[in-house]
Amino acid sequence: MKTFLALALLAASLSAQDLAVKGRVVFTSDGAAIQDGVVIVRAGKIAAVGPAATTAIPAGFRTISAAFVTPGLIDAHSVIGLAGYLNQPTDQDQHDTSAPIQPELRAIDAYNARERLVEWVRGFGVTTIHTGHGPSALISGQTLVAKTRGDTIDEAVIVPRAMIAATLGDGAKEQGKGKSPGTAAKEVAMLREAFLGAADYKKKLGAAGTDAGKKPDRDLRKEALVDVLDGKVPLLVTAQRHQDIESALRLQKEFGFKLVLDGAAEAYVVLDAIRAAKVPIIAHAPMARFSGDLENASRETPLKLRDAGIPFTFQSGFESYVPKTRVVLYEAAIAAAHGLGQDGALRAITIDAARILGLDGRIGSIATGKDGDLALYDGDPFEYTTHCTATVIEGVVVFEGKR
Amino acid sequence: MTIHRALLACLPLVLAASSLAQDKPVAFVGARILPIGSAPFDDGILVARGGVIAAVGARGSVAIPADAVVVDCKGKTLMPGLVDTHSHVGGGWGADDSAPIQPGVRMLDAVNCRDSGLQRAQAGGITTLNVMSGSGHLMSGQTIYLKNRDADTIEGLAYKFPDGSPMGGMKMANGTNSQGEAPFPGTRGKSASLVREQFIAAQEYRRKVQAANGDADKLPPRDLAMEGLLEVLDKKRIVHHHTHRHDDILTVLRLAKEFDFRVVLHHVSEAYKVADEIVAAHIPCSLIVIDTPGGKLEAMDFDARSAADLEARGAPELVAFHTDDWITDSRLFLRSAALAVRAGCSRETALAGLTKNPAAMLDLDKRVGTLEPGKDADVLVLSGDPFSVYTRVEQTWVEGVKVFDISVAADKKYAEGGWGVGQPRAENICCMGDRGDH
Repeated sequence: MKTFLALALLAASLSAQDLAVKGRVVFTSDGAAIQDGVVIVRAGKIAAVGPAATTAIPAGFRTISAAFVTPGLIDAHSVIGLAGYLNQPTDQDQHDTSAPIQPELRAIDAYNARERLVEWVRGFGVTTIHTGHGPSALISGQTLVAKTRGDTIDEAVIVPRAMIAATLGDGAKEQGKGKSPGTAAKEVAMLREAFLGAADYKKKLGAAGTDAGKKPDRDLRKEALVDVLDGKVPLLVTAQRHQDIESALRLQKEFGFKLVLDGAAEAYVVLDAIRAAKVPIIAHAPMARFSGDLENASRETPLKLRDAGIPFTFQSGFESYVPKTRVVLYEAAIAAAHGLGQDGALRAITIDAARILGLDGRIGSIATGKDGDLALYDGDPFEYTTHCTATVIEGVVVFEGKR
Repeated sequence: MTIHRALLACLPLVLAASSLAQDKPVAFVGARILPIGSAPFDDGILVARGGVIAAVGARGSVAIPADAVVVDCKGKTLMPGLVDTHSHVGGGWGADDSAPIQPGVRMLDAVNCRDSGLQRAQAGGITTLNVMSGSGHLMSGQTIYLKNRDADTIEGLAYKFPDGSPMGGMKMANGTNSQGEAPFPGTRGKSASLVREQFIAAQEYRRKVQAANGDADKLPPRDLAMEGLLEVLDKKRIVHHHTHRHDDILTVLRLAKEFDFRVVLHHVSEAYKVADEIVAAHIPCSLIVIDTPGGKLEAMDFDARSAADLEARGAPELVAFHTDDWITDSRLFLRSAALAVRAGCSRETALAGLTKNPAAMLDLDKRVGTLEPGKDADVLVLSGDPFSVYTRVEQTWVEGVKVFDISVAADKKYAEGGWGVGQPRAENICCMGDRGDH
C-alpha cells in the first residue's frame, strides 16, 4: 500500500513537460560545451545542465540521448506560415499588393501553425521562428515570433507583433508605369512622408490629451508607425545594396526608431557606418542566390561582421520558388565552413538570434530557467550527412525521427 | 577517308590551342585518390600528360616524370571533375514563346561563354556541363555539352560529336511548367499528344529521307525542327526530360518506348514512387536535390530518398545528380550528393552519381567520369572528404590545366562571391594572370 502511494505521488509530481536529455556533447551557447552532459527540463523550463557524472536525472523522467545537443535553433527571419509550400495564390499571404505601405497588417491574422513548412523546419531542430510579412513591399506588414509547435496561432505565438517589415531596393519597387515607388529615392521619400504623417498624428493625439472629442480618427496605419517612432516595435529593413543600407541608417537617424538591418549583402563595404549606428544584422541566407540586389554578396561577409564586432544572425529568408523555404541549420552550416566555424555559426543561430529578437531572457541557450527548447543530432549538426533525431519545445518532444 | 579521320582527330587539339593546352606533365602526389569505379586508396600518384591521365596508382607503382610539375597533395583528396547533367549557366534562352515544340533551336547560339557562372562552376569542381534551355516548353531545343576549360569562345568550350559538330542532347519537359495558353498545351493529355504528333511527323520525314536514298532531287526540303528530331530518333541526341510527378515520369517512359528514343529523366522528384518501373525500363535518372519540398505543385512530394531507392533495386548506375543552376548554385554540387547520402544512398553511388554515371548519360563516359589512364585529366584537389561541409574544392584541373586555385585571389572570389563577381568575365583568358604552375 505504501509503495502504491509513493508511486502515485511520484506520478502526480511529473509533468508532461519533464524530460532529461543526454548528449555526448551538449553545446549550451552559454560558456564551453559540456562533454557527456545532461539537460534536465522540468515543467518546460531548464532545471539543470551539467556533466552526466554530477547531474542527477530525477526518478521517472523520460530520457532521450544524442551525439550532439544544442539549444533549439532560432530562424531570425522567415515568412513560413504566411507563405505556404504549395506556392499557389491560396497559400501566399506574405504580401498584399494593394498598397506599398501597410504596417497595420498583422501577422497573427495570417499565420498558419499547421503549415507543412513549419513542420519541415521543426524536423531540423528549429524551435523558434521570426516570421511574417515578406520583403516584397516598402512596408509589407508586421511580423511575429512563434514556437514551431501547436495547432493554433495562440498555441504557437510567443510575440504577436515582433517587428514591422520594410524593404529598400529592387524588392520594394512596384512594376508598371506610373506606380510608386519606382526608384530608390522615391522609396525613401515615401517612407519619410509616412513617418512624418505618423509624427503629426502622434502630436494631435498628445494635444487632445484625454479629450476624446479632440482626438483624430483612429488610423491603424499611423498607429503602427507611431509605435515604431516610440520604440515599441523595431523596424526591420531589408536592404542588400550598400546605398540602401546607408538609406536605412539615415532614416533611423532622422526618426530615431529601433532599426534591425536585414539581408545586408553589401554590408562589407559599409561596416564602419553600421557599427557606429549600433545596428544588428539578420544576414541573408549564405546560400541565397547571388543575383539581383545580391549580385555582390559574399560568403565571407559573416566573418567580416564578426571581426567588426557587429551583432548578427542568419535567416532562411523568403523564397518565391524552389526551395520554398531554406533551412537555417543548412544556411549556418555554410557560414561555419566559410570561416565562422562550428562554434560561431551555432551561437549565431541560437543566443545571438535570441538577443536580436530581444528574447535572450527566455530562449537561445541551455541555461537554468530558460525554455526547455533543444535540438538533438547524431553528429556535428552542420555536417551534410548528420541527422536531426529529435526536437524538444518546452520539454515536449515535438519531432522524433531521422531528418 | 584516312586523311579525313586524321583531321578530325586533330580537331580537339586545334581547339584546345585556342585556350591553354597542357604543356608539361603534371604529377599529383600524395593524395587519397577516389578513382570512381575502383576502390579508393591513400598516398596515390596521378600523372597527367598532354591533357589526359597517363598513370594513376599508389606511390611506388607510378613513376613521376623528371620534367613534371609536382603538385603536393599530401592530406588532400583527389577525384574526377564533376559532371553536371543539367545546368542553366551562361544566361542563354532556347525556344521563344511562339510554340511549345522547337527542336531546331540550339543553346550553342545562346550561351554567353564569358558568364561568370562558368567560373563559379569551376570553383565548385564542375568540369563538364550539359547547358540546357528551360522547362517552359514540351521541347525547348538542343542542349550543349561543355568542357569547362578556360576559353573565350563557345566553340572552345563545346564537346564535339564524332562528325565534329557541337555535342548536345534535346531538352523536353512535361508536367505543369510546359502548360499554358494555346499554342501551348492546357493539359497533360494534350502535352503527350502534341509530342506524339511531332515524333510521328519526324518518322514521316525520315521515311522520305530514306526513300530519297541520297538523291538530292528527291530529298524533302530541309527542316531544322525535323532534322533535330531525326537526330533524336537516330539515337545521336539523347533526350533530357524534365519530369517530376510519378504519372508524368511514366508518360516519359511510355513515349520513349513508342518512339524508341534514348532518354535521361531529369529532376524526377517522385522517382521513389515509380522506382520499380524506372529500373525495369533501365532509364537513367538525373536527380535534383532541394532543401525543402514544394515551391510548385509538381515538387510537393520531393524526397531525397530516390537515389537510395534506385540503388536498393540494384540499379546504382541509373543515379546521377545535377545542379539545375540557379536552383542549386554550381558551387554546391557536392552538397547535393551528400544530402542523398543523408537520405540513405551509399557514398559509393553518390560519388558515381557526380562523375561516372552522369558522364554516361551524356555519352561522354569514354572521356570523363573516372580517374583512369587515357581519360581526360579533369581532376579535383579537395581539402578532405567530398561529403563534408567543411571540405573545400582547392583546385580544379581540366585536361591537365589548372582552371581554379583557391589560393589565388582572382580565383577565390568565384568561390566566395564579392564585389562585381557576378559580372561576365571581361578579360580574355590569356590575360587572367598566372595561377603559378600550369
